[in-house]
Amino acid sequence: MITAPLLEIAVLVLGMVILMFEAFATKIDKRVLAYAAIAGLAVVLVATFFVAPTPPPNQATGFWNFYTADRLSIFFKQFALLTTMSVLIMMIDYAPVVRSSFPGSHDGLGEFFAVPVFTCAGLMYLVSAIDFVFIFVSLELVTISFYVLVSFTRRNPLTLEAGVKYLVLSALSTAFLVYGIAWIFGVTGQTNLQRITEALANPNTDHGAALFGMVSVLVALGFKIAAVPFQIWVPDVYQGAPTPVTAYLSVGSKAAGFVVLLRVLQPFLMLPQIQRLLVLIALLTLIYGNLAALPQGNLKRLLAYSSIAHAGYLLIGVVCLDGRAVVFYLTAYLLMTLLSFAVLVIVSQQTGDRISDFDGLGKRSPFLAFAMLIAMVSLAGVPFTAGFLGKFFIFYAAIAQRQIALLVVGVITVGCGFYYYLKVVRAMYWQSATKIDKIPVSALSRLAISGLIIATIWLGVYPQPILDALKR
Amino acid sequence: MVLFIICCPIIAAILVMIGAPARKTALPASGLTLTATLFLLASFQPAQREFQHVTSFSISPEWHLSFTTGLDGLSLAMVLLAAIVTLAAVWFAGKIDKYENAFYACLLFISGGAIGAFASIDLFFFYAFHELALIPTFLLIGIWGSGNRVAAAWKITIYLAIGSFILLLGLILLYQSVPVASRTFDIRALKAAAALGQISPDAQRHVYLLLLIGFGILISLFPFHTWAPEAYASAPAPAAMLHAGILKKFGLYGLLRLAIPLLPEGARHWTNLLVVLLLGNIIYVGLVTIAQKRLDWMLGYSSVMHMGYIFLGIASASILGATGAVVLMFAHGLSIALLFALAGELRKRTGTLVFDELGGLAKMMPFAGLAFGLGAFAAIGLPGFANFAGEIMIFFGAFKNGWEIGRFHIFQIATVLALWGVVISTVYMLRAYRKTFMGALNERWKGLVDLQPWLRVPVALLVGALLCYGFFPQSFVRIITPAFRPYLSANK
Repeated sequence: MITAPLLEIAVLVLGMVILMFEAFATKIDKRVLAYAAIAGLAVVLVATFFVAPTPPPNQATGFWNFYTADRLSIFFKQFALLTTMSVLIMMIDYAPVVRSSFPGSHDGLGEFFAVPVFTCAGLMYLVSAIDFVFIFVSLELVTISFYVLVSFTRRNPLTLEAGVKYLVLSALSTAFLVYGIAWIFGVTGQTNLQRITEALANPNTDHGAALFGMVSVLVALGFKIAAVPFQIWVPDVYQGAPTPVTAYLSVGSKAAGFVVLLRVLQPFLMLPQIQRLLVLIALLTLIYGNLAALPQGNLKRLLAYSSIAHAGYLLIGVVCLDGRAVVFYLTAYLLMTLLSFAVLVIVSQQTGDRISDFDGLGKRSPFLAFAMLIAMVSLAGVPFTAGFLGKFFIFYAAIAQRQIALLVVGVITVGCGFYYYLKVVRAMYWQSATKIDKIPVSALSRLAISGLIIATIWLGVYPQPILDALKR
Repeated sequence: MVLFIICCPIIAAILVMIGAPARKTALPASGLTLTATLFLLASFQPAQREFQHVTSFSISPEWHLSFTTGLDGLSLAMVLLAAIVTLAAVWFAGKIDKYENAFYACLLFISGGAIGAFASIDLFFFYAFHELALIPTFLLIGIWGSGNRVAAAWKITIYLAIGSFILLLGLILLYQSVPVASRTFDIRALKAAAALGQISPDAQRHVYLLLLIGFGILISLFPFHTWAPEAYASAPAPAAMLHAGILKKFGLYGLLRLAIPLLPEGARHWTNLLVVLLLGNIIYVGLVTIAQKRLDWMLGYSSVMHMGYIFLGIASASILGATGAVVLMFAHGLSIALLFALAGELRKRTGTLVFDELGGLAKMMPFAGLAFGLGAFAAIGLPGFANFAGEIMIFFGAFKNGWEIGRFHIFQIATVLALWGVVISTVYMLRAYRKTFMGALNERWKGLVDLQPWLRVPVALLVGALLCYGFFPQSFVRIITPAFRPYLSANK
């Protein structure tokens, strides 16, 4: 029988094996490593279905008290594996760009394919973490591998700028995280979330200091999920990073942030100030993300702002404490964001990543245009796509809690969303193309994109499997 | 069978998108849909009050969400309208220059979405199917539109998106206002819950207001109407036919389907507001319509104006008024589709729809002139057309409204004012007819050709249906009335 910790160990071993091959087998085509990584992750993904979810350990003693393998964490392990596989497929398509940024040598490509495997392991650890120390360590594993990935094509000044910005601001947010953890530890004497809950229930605990610690942790997580006012880094980093890495950042990093947020908030629910604070952050995030997305002309920047906007909708779910709505929204967000980036990776190598570079895509490649149409329509929230059901569950939770302000702002920003997402649709179908040659799509990408399209529509019509998977 | 009429256009649309010959697939598919609908009409049993031909697939047992379709008299009337207008619109579409397949696919998606919305018994799918039309409309106006198409496409899409999300909030609130144990999206079960008094008056008021605003935006109720004329003026003719003819009826259908049985208290509470707004539709928009200088804008505004009468019928809360509203919805759908089709043909031939540049066209295009005249008379509400039957029922029903029978009420004033709307619509319709088809013929239009014989088929279809139900409205009323009988007073 497979137990949950073995999954992460398998992923780590896979990453090291790939690094070894990269170092010693210099003659092979490095893309073989990517295929090997995808295959290895696929095996682990299959294995996750044979892991029986176990409830989190009740008595917080013993060695494994920092680790849980409940349904939520298993689900997110699959989520992380799937994301990493899609990102690796995009990276194969992106390989020519990376190679051209290292003229005259074959350096780099191998690591480009190996590092995401470690990020994946970090994400998988993170979703199982129920102890602040473990949360911190696995979050660092994710973040440090992202430092490498974001600035990978370092000869490009934009990428370099993105890398430095990400490094500095992430380091700052990490500092906040450690600081907050220290305060909470100082108040409760615990790092385990369950024991913190017990300690906070004790009326003798200093709630003010615990609150201060929690706010610091929120600041750090705000960086990860790109919530206003901690979103400044997002547009530049998203635009400068290699496109597959941007996709990885906007899906993997955000999902991990939200899972940690849901877990970390659990002990602090008895403090009403936290909820008010979250409502405020959600409102700001919704308004800023959507309004700032309106005038964007660069698709990567547009998707960056849209990821801020979606963080706003997700925060509505967090405020209403509806974990299932948040998880469903994240799943939908994963599908449609990966879909849009998969198309973007292919198209941007032919023309560029401005919206006007998509002009006439409907004529040049009906398949890619249709994929992008589904992605945009789903991001905007049209029924029969996963994105709509995500919004449906979020709004459902908000109505049940009578969060009037969030609802009013939410509906208005959905209207904004229709404008900027359909701008892409407009470019693809209304505008006439400057180039008319066809765009080649590799078989693997075609398969991945078709899979994402089908999954997006299927989840929008028949959500029950996901709902079942999340049932406690 | 019901499933077949929903799926037929959608499957045809997918086939066309994949690469089947556009027109050769779309036309038989819509013909087939109409045939199947007529078959359902023939086999319909009006005496039976429940939904007929019900099929159900469970989607989420936990949420009591299932894909359930079925028809009662009200939805059958709407599906029939949708099938007729779809066939006419596809027939009129003709040869398209660019992206022909996408054009037909969009038309069929709109039609399939509308039919799906009318035939759904489940609130969730009722909503979702309507939204299926949103993106095709955006593309239709944006790619193949004329005039100020960019602004029009953005306006309609964002208006309708916000409207439908407000509507979504209303539907979710409705779902939540029932006790947890009996929460469901099934309209039949919700009706049962409402009959037991499980929907509190307070909740009814909130839900009704949200529905009124949400549906109101979709229907172009008075302060939210500005998207409609511009969009219809810029849209290609088949898109305008489908949108003004069918899709706009979705909101009215929704109010009849949800507000009357589920939210009587909410309807009573907001009656005065609704009456004031609908008078805005009839009088204010009517006067604006008179001032129009282009045929397409005039038609767009007139379709907004006529929504006022239908709202009056719905607001009256009497069986007569509500039935009249359905008859008028049906009749208006046909007549506005006919007028938009002819306006589209004129634009194809002349390239302009400005009244001052047209004139005397009946000399060159006698058949088009005749058809337009019939359409205009129908829109005015001349006896013999189904519009007349609908309007007269609405006026009688509203004057003796269902709320406070026999006492003086805002409805009497509203009915008298609304009657003046008939005069207003006579003024603008006859004026348009005179300026376009009568008078001196401009030299430029000497070479115009009349509608080709094969285009006369859909015209005959639309006019035939209008006249048929104009002379025999009772055959229609018989089907519709049972849907309202348990909920509304009979105006004794």
